[in-house]
Amino acid sequence: MKHNRKTTTVVVLGMAVFSAAMLRAVGQTGQDPAPSAQQKSARVERGAHLVKTMGCNDCHTPWKLGPRGPEPDMTRALTGHPQEMVMPPPPPAVGPWVWHGAATNTAFAGPWGVSFTKNLTPDPETGLGRWTEEMFVAAMRTGRDQGKGRPIKPPMPVQIIAALPDEDIKSIFAYLQSLAPVKNKVPETIDPEEKR
Amino acid sequence: MSARVRAAGVVLAMCWIGAVHASSRALDASPGAPARLAETGLYAAGSSGPAAPGVRSFTPQYPLWSDGAAKSRWIYLPPGTSIDTTDPANWIFPVGTRFWKEFRFKGRKVETRFIWRAAPEQWVFASYAWNAGGTDAVLAPADGVPGAADIAPGRSHTIPGTGDCQACHGTRHPGPLGFNALQLSTDRDPQAIHGEPLAADSITLATLAAERRLSPARPEWIAAPPRIRTDNPRTRAVLGYFAANCGTCHNHNGDLTYRGPSLKHNDLGDGDAVARALLAQATTWQVPGRPDGSTRMLDAFTPDASAILVRMRSRQPSTQMPPLGTVMRDEEAIAAVTAWLGDLKR
Repeated sequence: MKHNRKTTTVVVLGMAVFSAAMLRAVGQTGQDPAPSAQQKSARVERGAHLVKTMGCNDCHTPWKLGPRGPEPDMTRALTGHPQEMVMPPPPPAVGPWVWHGAATNTAFAGPWGVSFTKNLTPDPETGLGRWTEEMFVAAMRTGRDQGKGRPIKPPMPVQIIAALPDEDIKSIFAYLQSLAPVKNKVPETIDPEEKR
Repeated sequence: MSARVRAAGVVLAMCWIGAVHASSRALDASPGAPARLAETGLYAAGSSGPAAPGVRSFTPQYPLWSDGAAKSRWIYLPPGTSIDTTDPANWIFPVGTRFWKEFRFKGRKVETRFIWRAAPEQWVFASYAWNAGGTDAVLAPADGVPGAADIAPGRSHTIPGTGDCQACHGTRHPGPLGFNALQLSTDRDPQAIHGEPLAADSITLATLAAERRLSPARPEWIAAPPRIRTDNPRTRAVLGYFAANCGTCHNHNGDLTYRGPSLKHNDLGDGDAVARALLAQATTWQVPGRPDGSTRMLDAFTPDASAILVRMRSRQPSTQMPPLGTVMRDEEAIAAVTAWLGDLKR
């Protein structure tokens, strides 16, 4: 009995120290503990639904002309602007036509300059392979690349995604990270008045 | 493009930016920020200066470029507390710690930023906009205040929104950026770019040590005050500038996908080694008009192929560095980096 009480005390103390350490780690880094396998799976499923219904393929998947008209080319799903499609300078804005889009719906020109949709697959060199969940959430919250860098340009609807709860944004990231990595180097965004 | 069309386009872009900010406002509010600066504890009760008892000024030796603003900074550490310096790179401040930074343009107080560790897991970030007479400052809207002060023809200072506060201060290691061992070292760099004289009442590492405000005590910082070691004073000054202006993000903390040499304050001990690493480092971002893959962080023989220099020279939103908090080029720093590249050729 004495031995059991001692064991219980040690276990309780151990749990207290562990909990304190976890709380301290979370408090200092702003990071959540790693999700369980079940949570991961649920997130991927939820993320797939959100990506499908929130229109991510509208711009991050190049469009092609199919038998029923324009449609996203799902063989290149979420790979962003095709690297082989080198865009000529955009046409001048005339009258109310202040912005233009490429046939693939992956490049856009307007008062903000020229923006190209990002490769969202987890390729480490050209996609989101080196991004962390924390960076992705911060990017959606701040409207800045990786949550710290340049402004994410139109027509990316950051304001819509920013309205989602953290768990949904993390789910979108989990789904994107579950995709097969595809190497596709998207051009850098171009500021207005800059010639390349 | 006609002026009217261009204006319509700008309005369109502004609407988009406004929508983003409006959205982040709802999500990034800083609960607990008092409505007026006078209520944050900076000043003695009922005044707008001088500082309240226990509020101490400090002067980092390498100031962040803020478009030429004159700045004053203060810290309040609760009595009997100390800063946890177990990780020299990321000090942990006791609950109750408060920081303030006042920005002045053309002699007028424009804003005072406020960072407060209100609870173990809550940092409050806020800014207070001063009235024209400089007699009172009130909490700025969470999406910031564009056009808070004219600073040059066609350029104005923006009081940042809380989203931008958090972009720099708020993720892995929330807290202040200019309060660390290098910035408070007593071995101050006489050639620091925009260096400010150390006021008599400014606290330093020595003050903190003497008052037992560091835990562990770190006697090594008193015996050998932190500095960027190099025989070239320009290397020291430029890397110090990079520590303040770049190292907050360009480090190995995992905040970015950045793979170059860390420019964080505690990683610059061997200045010459860092300089060599910068010269060797290819960048993902490419200098416009140059062959793909030819851009380096620094290129002593082709300065115009140096990503750092090109991005310092730019104030285009997708190109400029730092990417936020400044709308004016830092000409003094650009000249210093250009001259330093000349040194590095040798």
